[in-house]
Amino acid sequence: MPRAHLLLTRHSVLPGFNLALGFTLLYLALIVLIPLSAAFLKTATMTAPAFWSAVTSPRVLASYRLTFSASLAAALLNALFGLVVAWVLVRYEFPARRLVDALVDLPFALPTAVAGIALTALYSSHGWLGQWLPFKVSYTPLGVLVALTFIGLPFVVRTVQPVLEDLQQEAEEAAATLGADRWQTFRRVIVPTLMPALLTGFALAFARALGEYGSVIFIAGNMPMVSEITPLLIITKLEQYDYAGATAIATVLLVVAFVLLLAINALQAWTRAGHGP
Amino acid sequence: MTHPSSVRRLLVAATVSLVAAASVLAKDITLLNVSYDPTRELYADFNKAFAARWKAKTGDTVLVKQSHGGSGKQARSVIDGLEADVVTLALAYDIDEIGERAKLLPADWQKRLPHNSAPYTSTYIFLVRKGNPKGIKDWSDLVKPGVSVITANPKTSGGARWGYLAAYGWALRQPGGNDARARDFIARLFANVPVLDSGARGSTVTFAERGVGDVLLAWENEAQLSLKEFGVDKFDIVYPSSSILAEPPVAVVDKVVDKRGTRAAAQAYLEHLYTPEGQEIAARHFYRPIDDQVAAKHAKVFPKISLFTIDDTFGGWAKAQKTHFADGGVFDQIYTRK
Repeated sequence: MPRAHLLLTRHSVLPGFNLALGFTLLYLALIVLIPLSAAFLKTATMTAPAFWSAVTSPRVLASYRLTFSASLAAALLNALFGLVVAWVLVRYEFPARRLVDALVDLPFALPTAVAGIALTALYSSHGWLGQWLPFKVSYTPLGVLVALTFIGLPFVVRTVQPVLEDLQQEAEEAAATLGADRWQTFRRVIVPTLMPALLTGFALAFARALGEYGSVIFIAGNMPMVSEITPLLIITKLEQYDYAGATAIATVLLVVAFVLLLAINALQAWTRAGHGP
Repeated sequence: MTHPSSVRRLLVAATVSLVAAASVLAKDITLLNVSYDPTRELYADFNKAFAARWKAKTGDTVLVKQSHGGSGKQARSVIDGLEADVVTLALAYDIDEIGERAKLLPADWQKRLPHNSAPYTSTYIFLVRKGNPKGIKDWSDLVKPGVSVITANPKTSGGARWGYLAAYGWALRQPGGNDARARDFIARLFANVPVLDSGARGSTVTFAERGVGDVLLAWENEAQLSLKEFGVDKFDIVYPSSSILAEPPVAVVDKVVDKRGTRAAAQAYLEHLYTPEGQEIAARHFYRPIDDQVAAKHAKVFPKISLFTIDDTFGGWAKAQKTHFADGGVFDQIYTRK
């Protein structure tokens, strides 16, 4: 019997580790790694200068700025208000609570194009909401933020909600009896417990926003240098049959997204280990 | 042979051969027509007409499936393996790419059917708000301050490329017109564009339903359709002094029809577009027929305007694409030059 085999099996307490790990790796390879590596391989057909000029042209740089900043802002907004929504849904009893609870999932279920068209109509200068606003939303970068916030909402609510449900009120009561005021209880008891879930929700909402296309193109106006998102430029490249150029931009988006998600995961591990606020 | 299972096997065999015999007598054929966005209604009608003709002629039942989307995206699907028996796209460049990248049809495909393989033509015109409040009459009015122009992004929309070239070609053809002046004109035109949708249908929606802009650059058939759909009391159609002759081409995809054994039907399908019946259907859907008699019948719908071709003015699609719409081309320079 080879030593490596013994080493692998020695540590697992549950039976079926080899099979489960094998299946996991195969599944991840088929669903995630192989399609993604296809993008990298296609990019590898480019020369370095061609790659560099494809991913750093002014229009592409402007689109990174918009995509990353709007995604970040939308994820932050959702982290804040998603927490409030989850809190209200878990902590209070009120009529139609289940209905409101179900509403949260709608952005998941709705085809993104429908969401985009609806938001554009609502926020255009003749729309129900847009006509009352002193500034323009549809066809501006602000519209991008609105669409990304819409599609990202369920992620935070749905990750925070179960943790909040498990959070025992006794802990808060204990904090109160020990002399903590409400703010201290919130900061020292509730937030540390919720932080990992909140970060997960934030990361999911952020990642989703980076790749979002369907809802954004309707509301963005898609003006070069102003309101073009990176996924649109990828489509634009494809439209010119520039497969390599498209995958080059996609690769940049992927790598940056991966690094950011890794960082968020690390932050999560750190807060879970008892550090943080 | 008295064993029950042998009897059953015999019965099955008999049934199979019967079905096979029947299918020799009357075949069921399916064709896939991969087309671009605004032809949806046209081909829904045409497919029915063709199926009836083909049934009468050969006894076979033919079912034509349609696929619609942006022209470039559709071409890419075919390149990537969508088995289209025929392609009917917005511009020749997209079919050229299918030939060049996937080698599914020969490079001279456009010579195989009459009129550059375009059984109907169209052009790019203006749709304005009812009563034409901004007084838009010609291309020169589009660059005036305060006029808001809606068009799709030429980099993602085949239709918008025709529109862009129509504007550029008009500027070239003005007295003293040259490339520098035309570039300046097109830059000023796009400075008046507040929204760039990715497809022609999208910009129609932006203009007609969102109420954005004073003038929409539109396919002639889309403009006519908008009048029909949203009411003649909402918009007016304005014909500029000249525009581009848009030839949306059609082609049989050789490799696919040979593999599927559908060449005869696919070929007949495209040829039927050139018959009086096919031309009549095209005209009813606001595509300009090439048949003189059908054209004469519908003359009222299609005002005569001066039309220039892409070959004469821009030296063909491949060249126009490279100069204007490729990365770093004239269109990109409009936005990055500042």
